[in-house]
Amino acid sequence: MFRNTYDSDNTVFSPQGRLHQVEYALEAVKQGSAAVGLVSKTHAVLLALKRSTGELAAYQQKMIRIDDHVGIAIAGLTSDARVLSNFMRQQAMSSRMMFNRPVPVNRLVTSIADKAQVNTQEYGRRPYGVGFLVIGQDQSGPHLHEFSPSGNSYEYYAMSIGARSQSAKTYLEKHFAEFADCMLLFRLLATILSYFLGSLEKLIQHGLYALRETLQQDKELTINNTSVGILGPSGVDERNVKADGSFRIIEGAPLRFYLDNMKPKDAPEAPPAAVPAAEPTEPQAPPTEDVQMAEQ
Amino acid sequence: MDHFPTNWGRPRNDTVDAYNTYPLHQRPDWRPKDSFADGIQRTQQPIVTGTSVLAIKYKDGIMMAADNLASYGSLARFKDIQRLHVVGDYTILGAGGDMSDFQHIQHTLDSLMIEEFSVDDGHKLGPPEIYEYLSRLMYGRRSEMNPLWNSILVGGFKDGKSFLGYVDLLGTTYSASTLATGYGSMIAQPLLRKAVEGREHLITEEEAREIIKTSMKVLFYRDARSLNKYQIGTITAAGPKIYEAQSSETEWSFAEGIRGYGAQTQ
Amino acid sequence: MTSIGTGYDLSSSTYSPDGRIFQVEYANKAVENSGTTIALRVKDGVVFAVEKLVHSKLLVPESNRRIQTIDRHIGLATAGLLADGRHLANRARDEALNWRDMYRSPPTVKAVADRVGQYVQAYTLYSSVRPFGVSAILGGVDKDGPALFVVEPSGVFYGYNGAAVGKGRTLAKTELEKLKISELSTRQAVMEAARIIYLVHDDAKDKEFELELSWVGDETDGHHVQVPRDLAAEAERLAKAAVETFE
Repeated sequence: MFRNTYDSDNTVFSPQGRLHQVEYALEAVKQGSAAVGLVSKTHAVLLALKRSTGELAAYQQKMIRIDDHVGIAIAGLTSDARVLSNFMRQQAMSSRMMFNRPVPVNRLVTSIADKAQVNTQEYGRRPYGVGFLVIGQDQSGPHLHEFSPSGNSYEYYAMSIGARSQSAKTYLEKHFAEFADCMLLFRLLATILSYFLGSLEKLIQHGLYALRETLQQDKELTINNTSVGILGPSGVDERNVKADGSFRIIEGAPLRFYLDNMKPKDAPEAPPAAVPAAEPTEPQAPPTEDVQMAEQ
Repeated sequence: MDHFPTNWGRPRNDTVDAYNTYPLHQRPDWRPKDSFADGIQRTQQPIVTGTSVLAIKYKDGIMMAADNLASYGSLARFKDIQRLHVVGDYTILGAGGDMSDFQHIQHTLDSLMIEEFSVDDGHKLGPPEIYEYLSRLMYGRRSEMNPLWNSILVGGFKDGKSFLGYVDLLGTTYSASTLATGYGSMIAQPLLRKAVEGREHLITEEEAREIIKTSMKVLFYRDARSLNKYQIGTITAAGPKIYEAQSSETEWSFAEGIRGYGAQTQ
Repeated sequence: MTSIGTGYDLSSSTYSPDGRIFQVEYANKAVENSGTTIALRVKDGVVFAVEKLVHSKLLVPESNRRIQTIDRHIGLATAGLLADGRHLANRARDEALNWRDMYRSPPTVKAVADRVGQYVQAYTLYSSVRPFGVSAILGGVDKDGPALFVVEPSGVFYGYNGAAVGKGRTLAKTELEKLKISELSTRQAVMEAARIIYLVHDDAKDKEFELELSWVGDETDGHHVQVPRDLAAEAERLAKAAVETFE
């Protein structure tokens, strides 16, 4: 029944010093559909692929606003995500109440990571089955963090989680120097480029390309199955964005602007042809039937 | 056996658990009791007290002053008590009222600053954040009907912005470019307003010192719980600084003609 | 391994017939798989250095630290499960603050190590928890001068002049033993620590790594802080040069 003797509960180390239950929880994250996050010097964006359980069902929410300056994208068990995001909101509010300041993003991520760690050490609990990408901004600019059920959290220039996220990671690793502010030369280049392209639009474009890598064969990004979360100054196609560039989620028709500008996957050299957007909603079966909690 | 290790995780309390026998079967619960459960009486009055604190905004930041006296009733009990306290890199606190409560507040804030130091992520608590925290602390305590018996001025300077705020035992808060607590709010505040308001950005450090000196002198003449030995603290772009104690030149010969001063002749 | 399949290794509340607690030994395995962490107790302070293995080039450099601050004057560096390390650091901070609440004075490093050790030991007693998968090096400067301790998953803690835990600890210890540690200054110790980390790193087997350095002592006004960037860069440069000549 079990794969080995040491994987049935999380309070047992394997002889190699591994925690199998925790590793399985990380697999639960990979069951959820993909999410991608990227940061530039000015913006942080999240992109996620939404699933729906059938033609009559709505697409499941993949992004949650935590505070004006923080938003998350989730992959894994949605119900776990709701518990953790609720906790994050409380932390955010508590910081505003106690200190009159927005909670620093890294502390917010650490706080849920510490919570998750407890569930890897005590009997009678299971590790959380959800991973987050968290974007936030503070005095030092925009940030992207990953939270995972093992209780680890890291800061990245770009990252992806969820099903087939490795393909997106490969794309990001190839291209992140173009948008991240990690190298002076590229930063200069990016500044110049942003005059022509708009840095936000470019960032989202990279995110969409990365997200597209996670799609199954013959599937496409549509206005229905895609979510984009943004932090930072208003982009060219946005309306009513607050001056502080607070977190907003873009879904549905406004996505057309971004999706239409994508180059088709097979012809990366071709000029930006208008991709026929807004495919009619295509029902997708959830990947596994035997899991009780909805996976997103 | 307590099978919830999270319950073990409370910091050790040597009064309760001196031999470190936790996790215990029944960990004694020493949390504070419900205010209305038993007939208990909380602080009704301060015991060892400090008097006024003054503070003004000036060109370079904030200047604050408080004398070095802690009175026990009308007795001038301690004459070398510092009532200004530096919190972190950007903030000075000045307190009147109960001195033991003030020491408790100092310890609380120092602990907070150590926690912040430990996180070490570049997010430093500035004056507005410390003021907010202190306000919540004061209001929280008064709502438990167990107030910290102080009125406190918070002065600070960070990122080119100066900050000055007042909070007291009721959790009342307000900000202005001149502030004073206690007796000083009646005697010195009008003087400070007249000297400072509308000129905050023009007043030099020397000028600010003069304004404070005059007011402290007036307070020493008028306030029977004051001492002619006080300290000035400044907080500017260069950081917080509390100076050595100083005193004012005073003149008492006029008092000879005042009825009630000295030995009574009629 | 003789332990596997016996059934005596599934819980830390079970002894094996020869009196061993295998779960604690397995926890040590988790430590041995992690990047090397070392610390030196020299005449005017303590220096920490960590070989932080970088699992992705998308990581932001200098974030995701493995050396943490416990109190103004105490640092903690861990090897093993990262999340367990943070749990332990949080506990150590609570203990340090609790000491201050009680005694209104800064805790000694030994006092904190003692309490952290007791806490770790509690997690080796029950089947309802697993032991900590970390070895923690606690170091700092207190009223008695520089101090350095290592807390192991079993809960024991020992004092050291030079400590090494994690993957490359054996080689690191040999290198530490060659030094006259008590005669070094913190500045020199930073250089040596960087060199040792570069030396024990296995280019062939391991991923890339980032060198993390921190120190506490006279140079830092008794505060535990990161080593300033220019000094760290200098140490790294010298370390790289030293490793090349070594090979």
